[in-house]
Formats: sequence, C-alpha cells, structure tokens
Amino acid sequence: MIHSPAEPGVTTVNGEPTPAIDGATVADVVDVMCRSPRGVAVAVDGIVVPKSTWETTTIAPGATVEIVTAAAGG
Amino acid sequence: MTLQAAPDPFVIAGTGLGSRLLLGTGGMTSPESLARALQASGAEVATVAVRRVDPTTRYSLVEILDGLGVRILPNTAGCFTAADAVQTARLAREAFATDWVKLEVIGDDRTLLPDPIELVDAAEQLVDDGFVVLPYCGDDPVVARRLEQVGCAVVMPLGSPIGSGLGIRNPHNIELIVGQAGVPVILDAGIGTASDACLAMELGCSAVLVATAVTRAEDPGLMAAAMRDAVIAGRAARRAGRITRRFVAEASSSFEGMVGM
Repeated sequence: MIHSPAEPGVTTVNGEPTPAIDGATVADVVDVMCRSPRGVAVAVDGIVVPKSTWETTTIAPGATVEIVTAAAGG
Repeated sequence: MTLQAAPDPFVIAGTGLGSRLLLGTGGMTSPESLARALQASGAEVATVAVRRVDPTTRYSLVEILDGLGVRILPNTAGCFTAADAVQTARLAREAFATDWVKLEVIGDDRTLLPDPIELVDAAEQLVDDGFVVLPYCGDDPVVARRLEQVGCAVVMPLGSPIGSGLGIRNPHNIELIVGQAGVPVILDAGIGTASDACLAMELGCSAVLVATAVTRAEDPGLMAAAMRDAVIAGRAARRAGRITRRFVAEASSSFEGMVGM
C-alpha cells in the first residue's frame, strides 16, 4: 500500500520528494499538511510515530514519511 | 411484555451497540449526503479507509463522524498482503485512537474476494497485538471458524462481491456460519436493497454492514432508513421463529362448524 518511488537519499512525504523538511519535527509537518491532528497518523521509514512523540521526532535526511487519515471506504 | 421491550443486546468485544446496522462510507457522493444517510440509518458505527492525506480536501470525514457521535471503524481496504494490512491497522489505531479494525485482505482485484490465507495470518498478528479484529471473509464456514479460533471478535462473511448488489448468493453457508459461530456474525458486502439486509437478519446474523447500497442509491437518506427498518424487521422475525415451509396448503380456518351445503 505504501511505496516510495523517489531516489534513495531524498526525503519524501507521501511519495513526493520533499527535502525541505529535513530537520523539521513530525508535528511541524502535520501542522503544514493537515487541517487538524485528529484522525491523522504518521509513519517514518515504516515505523508508526506515536502522537506523544511528534514534537520530539525530527525528520532525518532521506526519510520516507507517510501521513494518513480517513477517506471514504466500505 | 412486548417484543420491543425484551432485551436483545448487540455486543462487540464488550461494547454494547444500539443499532445492528453498520454503515460504510465507501461510495459517498458528498459529505452532506453521507451525514443525512448516517442520521437516517441510526448506525452507531461507520467504516473509513486509511489513505494519504490530501491537503486540498475541503472537509474532514473524521470531523463529520465525530460531530454525529458515530464510532469510527477503520478498515484495511486495498491491502493484498497480511503485512500491508497489519501496517495499515497500526496507522489506523494511532490516527483514530481505536483498537477496532475491520480487516480486509483482498486476493483478487477483479472480484475483490478476500484472500483467506493472508486474512487468517493478519488476524492472528493483530489479535496478538491487542486489536479487536472484525474480519471481512468469504462465506466459507471453515475460514470463519479459523478466524474465530485465532481470536477475532466477530466474523463478517460476504453475501456477494463488494459493491455488486447481488444480495446473499449462498444463504445456506451463512446459516452454517451462524450455526457454528460463538461470536457475532455481521453480513458484509453484496447487499443491494432492504430485503437483502432483512434476509441476513432472518438467517441469524447479528448485524449487517452496508455501504454502496446506501451511498450510491438515488436517495441515500431514504435507502438508509429502509435498511434501518429492514434490519429491525429481520431481527424480530428471526426471534419470533418462522413457520415451517410446506409443499401443500394448510388451512388456517377450521372446518368445524361449517354450514351444511
């Protein structure tokens, strides 16, 4: 379900190369991408980051970040 | 005592629910029509899929469901392997702060039929990880039993393929699953109209999950109300105990005291 087509070494967010976020926290990225943190989950390099550590988890260069929420579905 | 007053609790993993109709949000045409359908359905649980955030979306499905007081049941729709389904379930648990997951592991992209091998594998991993697992499965009683054995909270056999509206193609298998199950059986997938939902309940299912039949109906709100009533009627009929089928008539009026002719 979650694939990153980007070149190795380039940070991606939901499959898009986004090197500008290197060093930002997960909380920063969610703040930019989402209306609200409610209903949002983040995985960095395939590991789910608990909400309690969003503020203290920084995005390392080359990371693969996935940010998901609810969509219509049966 | 009236039938309505008799206690008939519907409980999933210790949580009592006031409605035996669960609504899927798949196929919804607008957030407004979804909200109307949810209110008309009386459903207390609605399924959602887990997808990458879209920063351009003008509404939040989570806000709509929260606003209506509906419990979110995340699913693993779109997953073809146990590994993907487990990862999706973990993301969903973090996103929606719920241990409940409707587990879907699809084995074929044309029929969207479940892959029983990957499904049982994923179910076992998620149960071990503390999830309340509601697995979407085929109408095979053996697979249903395996899912119950690995600790699933319910089993959710299909009536027919997802979105097909073909109703319950093998009612005998659904009855077999109901007859052996020690957990609630929720008929999932294939419902086309209210009579299908009613039949599921008459066969002994504990609840019905409907998505496309409501969201893609010409009037989703009206169909949601029809589904609500069908589930209530089917449950009552099941509890009332139907008459035995006969091949010939049995007079309902006595012949005694007929006038001589």
